[in-house]
Amino acid sequence: MSSLTYAVTDSATMLRRTLRHILRYPAMLAASLGVPVILLLFFVGLLGRTLGAGLTASHVGSVGHGSYIDYVAPAIVLLTVASGCMATSVAVCVDTTEGIINRFRTMSISRSSLLTGHVIASVIQTLVSVALVIGVAVAMGWRPSGGALAWLAAVGLIVLLSFALTWLAVAIGLISKTPESSSNTPMLIQFLPFLGSSFVPAASMPAGVRWFAEYQPFTALNQTLRGLLNGGPIGNDALISIAWCLGILVVGYWWARTVFQRGRVR
Amino acid sequence: MPHDTVSQAAARSALPQPRAAALGNAGQCAPEPAAALAVSGLRKSFSEKLVLDGIDLSVAAGTVFALLGPNGAGKTTAVHILSTLIPGDGGRAWVAGHDVAAEPDAVRAVIGVTGQFSAVDGLLTGRENLILMADLHRLGKAEGRRRADALLGRFDLAEAGGQRVMTYSGGMKRRLDLAMTLIGAPQVIFLDEPTTGLDPRSRRELWRIIRELVADGVTIFLTTQYLEEADQLADQVAVLDQGRIVAHGSPAELKRRVPGGHISLRFADPEALDRAADCLDVSARDDETFTIQVPSDGAVRALRSVLDRLDAAGVEAEELSVHMPDLDDVFLALTGRGTEETHENDSAEGTTAS
Repeated sequence: MSSLTYAVTDSATMLRRTLRHILRYPAMLAASLGVPVILLLFFVGLLGRTLGAGLTASHVGSVGHGSYIDYVAPAIVLLTVASGCMATSVAVCVDTTEGIINRFRTMSISRSSLLTGHVIASVIQTLVSVALVIGVAVAMGWRPSGGALAWLAAVGLIVLLSFALTWLAVAIGLISKTPESSSNTPMLIQFLPFLGSSFVPAASMPAGVRWFAEYQPFTALNQTLRGLLNGGPIGNDALISIAWCLGILVVGYWWARTVFQRGRVR
Repeated sequence: MPHDTVSQAAARSALPQPRAAALGNAGQCAPEPAAALAVSGLRKSFSEKLVLDGIDLSVAAGTVFALLGPNGAGKTTAVHILSTLIPGDGGRAWVAGHDVAAEPDAVRAVIGVTGQFSAVDGLLTGRENLILMADLHRLGKAEGRRRADALLGRFDLAEAGGQRVMTYSGGMKRRLDLAMTLIGAPQVIFLDEPTTGLDPRSRRELWRIIRELVADGVTIFLTTQYLEEADQLADQVAVLDQGRIVAHGSPAELKRRVPGGHISLRFADPEALDRAADCLDVSARDDETFTIQVPSDGAVRALRSVLDRLDAAGVEAEELSVHMPDLDDVFLALTGRGTEETHENDSAEGTTAS
C-alpha cells in the first residue's frame, strides 16, 4: 500500500472513532444544535416583530413579504457553523490530555490522520446541525427563494467555512491545557456573529461597533448567504467571504499542523 | 524456549564485573548485533535543565531491562526518546537495529508503548479500543476482531469488554492499555512505570503478564521506582540518577556490591547477649532488644559457622533472621542519598550544577 492509501485508511479509522464519540457523548452535539435553535426561537418568536419593524426589503433581500425570519435565518445557519467548532476544540484537547495521542504518535500510522478524522467528523456534524436548524427555521415560516444552484453555492460556502473554523478549533484544542479552557476560546468565534449584521443591520449600530461589524467576516458571509437563499444583491461580499474562509483555513491548518508536529509530551 | 535461554545466557555473559559496574561514558558505542535496544551517549535537556547526561545501554533480545530511579531521574524522558516521541539532543539510539532519529517509522512498526498515564479511549468500550488499535495496525476486520477477543480473554477483560472504559478500575485500564500495546505483536515493549498506582494484587497480576511476554520472546524495557519490581522482573538493571547511569548489572550483582547483608540474632537476656557478642564478629548491638547483627553475604556456610560458634560457647539464640540488602540499600550506597531525597522539580539544582 502507498503512503496515501495508509493516510486514507487511517483517517477513516480515526473518523469512525470520532463519530462514535459524538454519538456516545451527545451533550456536545445537543449544545451546538441547541444554541442556534434557542436563538432562533428567541429572536424570531420574541423579538421578531419589533426587530423586523426596523427592516426594509433591501435588508432582508427577499422581494416579497420581507419578514424578520428571512433576515435572521441565514445568520442563524452561520451561527450554527460557528458553534459547531467548540465541540472540536474540546474533543481534540481531551485527546491530548488523556495521553492517547502519545500512543498514536508511537504507532506506525499516518501522522495527520488523527486531526483529519476530527475535522471531517466535525464538518459532518455541522452539516447535520445546519440541516436541522434550516428545518426548524422553515417550520417557523422561513421561505427561502433561492434556486438549486444558489443552494449548491450556499452549501459550498457553509462547508468551506466549516472546514476553516474547524481547523482553527483544532489548533485551539491542541494548545489548550485543559478541556475547560479549550471550550472558552472558541466562544470568541461563536460570539463574532453577534457583532455583525446577523440580527440587525450593521448600519444601525453605534459608530465603533459599526466599523468593526462592517469589516468582520460574518457580515460579508451573512450578506452572501442572504443573497443566495433569499435573493437580492451580493456584490463583492461573495468574494470577500471566500477570501476570509480561505484565509482562516490556511492560518488554522498551518497553526494546527505546526503545534501538532511540535508535539506535546507530558 | 531455546531462543530465550541462548539470549539470556548471552546477556549474563555480557554483564560487567561488579567493580566495573558504573559504565559512565566509556561504555559500548555501537549496537551489538543481538541487542534489541542500544543507546550510546544519549543526552537531552529541557531548556536549562539537563535530564539525560550521556547514557549508554544495551538490552539483549528476549530479556527484561529495568531502568530504575526516583522521580525526576530522567526515566520517562529516556522512554520518550526511545519510542520516537521526542528527539534526543545528542548521542544515538537503536531499536531492533533501527536508528530512532533516522528511521522513526521503522522503529514504530516494531515497538509497543504503555506509558505512565493510561492511553485508552474512555468513551469506547474495551473491545472497541482493541479493534481501533487493530484497525490502525491494518490487521483486517476478521483478524483484528480475533486478536481483540483473544486479548480480552487473556487479560481477564472478556466480561467487561462491552462496557465503556470510563467505568473501568485503574487495574482494568492498565491491563487494557497493555493489551492495546500487544495487539500489533511488538518485538520491543516499553513499559513506563507500569504498576504505579496499582494495588498489590493488580501489580502481581501485571508482573505475571510481563513474565509471560518475555517467555514468548518479547524484549521489555521497563522503568520503575519500585526497587522490588526491578528485582522481581529484570534480567538487567540500570540505576539512573540525575541523568546518569550510576550502576548497571543483574539485581543480584547490584545487591552483592552493597554492604548491609547481615544475620540478626535475638537472645533471651543480657547475659546470653554478652556471651554471644564475645564469640562473634558483631557489627551492631542493641541492648534493649537483646539483638546483635553479624555481617554476612547470606551464604549457608557463613550461617553454619555462626551457629557452630554459638554452640561452642553454649549460647542459644531465641530468634534468627538473614537480611539481604534490597535495592533501596543499593541506591543509598551508590548515590549517598535515599530515593526520597531526589525530587521531581529540582530545577534549582539543575541550573546551578551546570
